[in-house]
Amino acid sequence: MIFKTIDKKDFNKFLEILIENNSFFAPQKIAKDKNNKPIYDLRLVNDFKEIDFNYDILKYPPRRFFLPYREAISSFEIKNSSWQQNINYETKVPRILLGLHPCDINSLNKLDKVLMLGDYPSPYYTIRRKNTFIIGMDCDPKPFCFCRSVGTHTVQHGCDMFLIDIGDRYFIEIFSNVAFDFLKKVTTKDITKKDDDEYKRIRRLKAEKFTAKIDVTDLTKILDMEFQSDVWKEWGDKCLGCGSCARVCPTCYCYGIEEKIDLKFQQAEKLKILHACTLIDFAEVAGGFNFRPERHIRLKYRYYHKHRGFVEAYEESLCVGCGRCGEACLAGITVPEVISSIRE
Amino acid sequence: MDLSLKYQDVLSDNKKIKTGGRLNRKTDLGNFEKTYKSEITGIIELTPLEKLFQIQIIDQDERERFSFKPGQFLMLEVPGFGEIPLSISSSPSRRGVVELCIRKQGRVTKFLHKMQRGASVGIKGPFGTHFPMEKFANANVLLIAGGLGLAALRSAIYYVEENRNMFKDIFIMYGTNDPNQMLFTYQYETWKKTDGIKLFTIVQNPDKKWSGRVGLITDLFNEIVIDTSNTHAIVCGPPVMFKFVCNKLNDLGIPMENMFVSLERRMHCGMGKCCRCNVGSTYTCLSGPVFDYWTVMNLKEAI
Repeated sequence: MIFKTIDKKDFNKFLEILIENNSFFAPQKIAKDKNNKPIYDLRLVNDFKEIDFNYDILKYPPRRFFLPYREAISSFEIKNSSWQQNINYETKVPRILLGLHPCDINSLNKLDKVLMLGDYPSPYYTIRRKNTFIIGMDCDPKPFCFCRSVGTHTVQHGCDMFLIDIGDRYFIEIFSNVAFDFLKKVTTKDITKKDDDEYKRIRRLKAEKFTAKIDVTDLTKILDMEFQSDVWKEWGDKCLGCGSCARVCPTCYCYGIEEKIDLKFQQAEKLKILHACTLIDFAEVAGGFNFRPERHIRLKYRYYHKHRGFVEAYEESLCVGCGRCGEACLAGITVPEVISSIRE
Repeated sequence: MDLSLKYQDVLSDNKKIKTGGRLNRKTDLGNFEKTYKSEITGIIELTPLEKLFQIQIIDQDERERFSFKPGQFLMLEVPGFGEIPLSISSSPSRRGVVELCIRKQGRVTKFLHKMQRGASVGIKGPFGTHFPMEKFANANVLLIAGGLGLAALRSAIYYVEENRNMFKDIFIMYGTNDPNQMLFTYQYETWKKTDGIKLFTIVQNPDKKWSGRVGLITDLFNEIVIDTSNTHAIVCGPPVMFKFVCNKLNDLGIPMENMFVSLERRMHCGMGKCCRCNVGSTYTCLSGPVFDYWTVMNLKEAI
């Protein structure tokens, strides 16, 4: 990997030009939560001054830039008994996302495996993924972050460049050719022994800050053994089956298709709308039979998919340990608590 | 200084390396959402609830390319109403023409039942795994279906009929709740009269006209004598049936790896994307719908 350092002043100028030339999304304060703490999220910025570098975490995952909550995937023009299908694979201009944390970048890598690298790659996802330039940024672990337990606290690939704040400069990990060519146009420096030491010190400090964790040793087997455990019923009684966890999860990708037809029966639209495995109709089939009729069964399925099934298929967990689901859960159910209750 | 990103035309890049325009596609980005226009060429009313739709792909090139194996499914699009997964019930040797046995049940199927001959629908597929008929060569074959399960099994029945000499003895077993729920009754005579095929039917609640066997499908095993060391079985039916039938077959001495079941799940895409048919992390649409029973035993909540 190629490393460089850049003065913050120079980097800010670099961002100004990027903003001018591209459609650029960066962290902004968008609202306040019930405790009067600011909520940050990615928003389109037109001016460098609009970027809020003091953001702690992004409230919502960057998933929506690749998997929007609702999108029309095709439409039909119906005439008499015949019809014509129009497919709209998105061909928007490229865009830049600034400020993604390692958990978010890793979440995209996991989505890639399902939506881009396997059989039947999705053009909707692939086009957006290939045309999004990602500038990642290092973070300060929060009390609910357990990414270190699932190995997603560092970035191996999946973004174009990654920034680590080392005082008056940024330490840059360069991942893509495009990023390298861009940086050639501004003043950067090769890393020195001192930068190297500072990098290691900062990484070590970060590793010490994690408080929340889950133990994934033999978790696939333990989940199998505890499949009939009463613990699931206890969590199921708490769970409201509202799907909030899936709304904020950076790796949830399940969806449903809905078709809408106009009153004249001439225009129909096929909508892809993200779903959630904890909602009651997730596995209901025609005739009314439901494969997962109860809340605890759906909650259990959620954990089985994230922590067992995906591990079996891809040798890594689908959970990136961002802790957003625990923060969003109206019943206060958190992943570390559920996992440790299963292990007991 | 110009730092603008160039648009990457993923679709044309993909087209350069892949041959486009195929129904049986796995890597063709541009045809991901494309549904092939097809015409309903015939409708056979099987029972008050079920109709058999004969469907032909309109485009001639695509019709020639279209092929499937017994046990696979396709996604049928009724524009404006929805897209549904359906097992293919016709013979795999017929190209470009499929027969789909459809029960009037949900929004799409209720509308389908009102459709007339000549109406056009869309076809995507075929998808999923198939019954490994080639593995059954020189063995006895048990084809077991309950209720609507015969719809998925029928293409395998066609296969054994057309390749009769490939297999030893063939037993078709079919059970329903009521006699009037029996599907494809007009074909039973042909099956019975084919050399080496034995057909057994059974119902749970007989009416006055019924003169055949009464009971559960597992009762049929008392009637047959098979060499279990060289027998393969396919089981299609409601989830509750799998457990009883497959465990019975296992007790008789057939290894679980030699039994194949077809699972039913909710599906919205058929291509391993929507996640709705997931069992654990196994997609019924990609790794299934046909699974061997050993795999099913290792999937939590599969049956």
